[in-house]
Amino acid sequence: MRVSTTVNGRSYEHEIEPRLLLVYYLRDVLGLTGTKVGCDTSSCGACTVLVDGESVKSCTMLAAQADGCAMTTIEALAVDGALDPLQEAFHDNHALQCGFCTSGMVMAAMSIIREHPGLTEADVREGLEGNLCRCTGYHNIVKAVLAGAGRQAHPVGAAR
Amino acid sequence: MIPASFDYQRAASAEEAVSMLREHGEEAKLLAGGHSLLPLMKLRLATPSVVIDVGRIRELSYLRDGGDQVSIGALTRHRDVETSELLQREVPILAHVAGLVGDPQVRHRGTIGGSLAHGDPASDLPAVVLALGGTLVVQGPGGRRDIPATEFFQGFLETALAPEEMLVEIRVPKARGGWSYQKFNRRAIDWAIVGVAAVRNGTTGVALVNMGPVPLRASAVEQALAGGASAADAAALAAEGTDPSADLNASVEYRQHLARVLVRRALEEAGA
Repeated sequence: MRVSTTVNGRSYEHEIEPRLLLVYYLRDVLGLTGTKVGCDTSSCGACTVLVDGESVKSCTMLAAQADGCAMTTIEALAVDGALDPLQEAFHDNHALQCGFCTSGMVMAAMSIIREHPGLTEADVREGLEGNLCRCTGYHNIVKAVLAGAGRQAHPVGAAR
Repeated sequence: MIPASFDYQRAASAEEAVSMLREHGEEAKLLAGGHSLLPLMKLRLATPSVVIDVGRIRELSYLRDGGDQVSIGALTRHRDVETSELLQREVPILAHVAGLVGDPQVRHRGTIGGSLAHGDPASDLPAVVLALGGTLVVQGPGGRRDIPATEFFQGFLETALAPEEMLVEIRVPKARGGWSYQKFNRRAIDWAIVGVAAVRNGTTGVALVNMGPVPLRASAVEQALAGGASAADAAALAAEGTDPSADLNASVEYRQHLARVLVRRALEEAGA
């Protein structure tokens, strides 16, 4: 079947098999390998991308379902090598160790920031419930998301 | 994991979906958000030869105030149920529990109708609709019919939907009285090991998650409460009529214990 998509501002048209999952469309057809396949069971969030501005797990969506949609992947964030403020915040806060979960964390965080105008630490912790970091670097990831949203992170364990 | 091959068709309306179901019979499955069906297809536990994508039928995504009840289009996403001011005000348990389904990414795609039509006893929303005493509206070749939630769930992942029928609307009574949802799990995004929904709306409705092959009403608890029993005495009956299975997370005995404890907590929080 034929699908038309817009990914990171570029329009595409492809003939695909209906069973092709969105994550493999992005990685194998478009070559956008910043989006990772982790658990492949919609648990870990490594495959998170934005579809029409909202975070989704691209391992649990058919490319056919994304026909006509506008998508954003991690590749769209940095412009000419200059990091997006959220990426910058991940860097500044040492919010990655092995880095495998990072693109999913950043894309999930973009959606959380958009949906919570007065973002709190609790919003971030709950909002990232679908993203796993096997290095268990959660504290710094939460700090980075708050910093990236322009909000002060609370010191870990401090009374709020 | 890659699903087995299938033919992809897209329905523009419920009528078209029903006529496609009629044409393909039991070989076909409806795809809404895909968060119940696609995992099964990836594991090849489901291998439909035709997948009918109903996810773009916008006219089935709505929340309407119907006087003493709220009507919810089957394709309304968990995210839209969770953030609905109408539901937050009139049926707060439903908005709250929609926000406990999966994680934000799942709630951006999954739909209330998909969750109910899948009928997983470990899902949160079927128990809430049961406790509320909701009604499911299904559309078939001969028109629409109403099915009480109490008659909808018939066996493990089996519902009262006929192969050529589609769930189109869920109706729940407004319930502004006390309520509680107790979800017991080990990690944030897990299914409930046991869950309990309690709603006070004249009488008290209590339903159980993951206490048998289908989502269940806790009838013994409800009858005891109706007869004037205390929350603690009624909760002691929570495991009656249940048939939970044992798995990695819990034995049968532990699930029955959880049901009693969680029902007591739910009744106390709901003020029953």
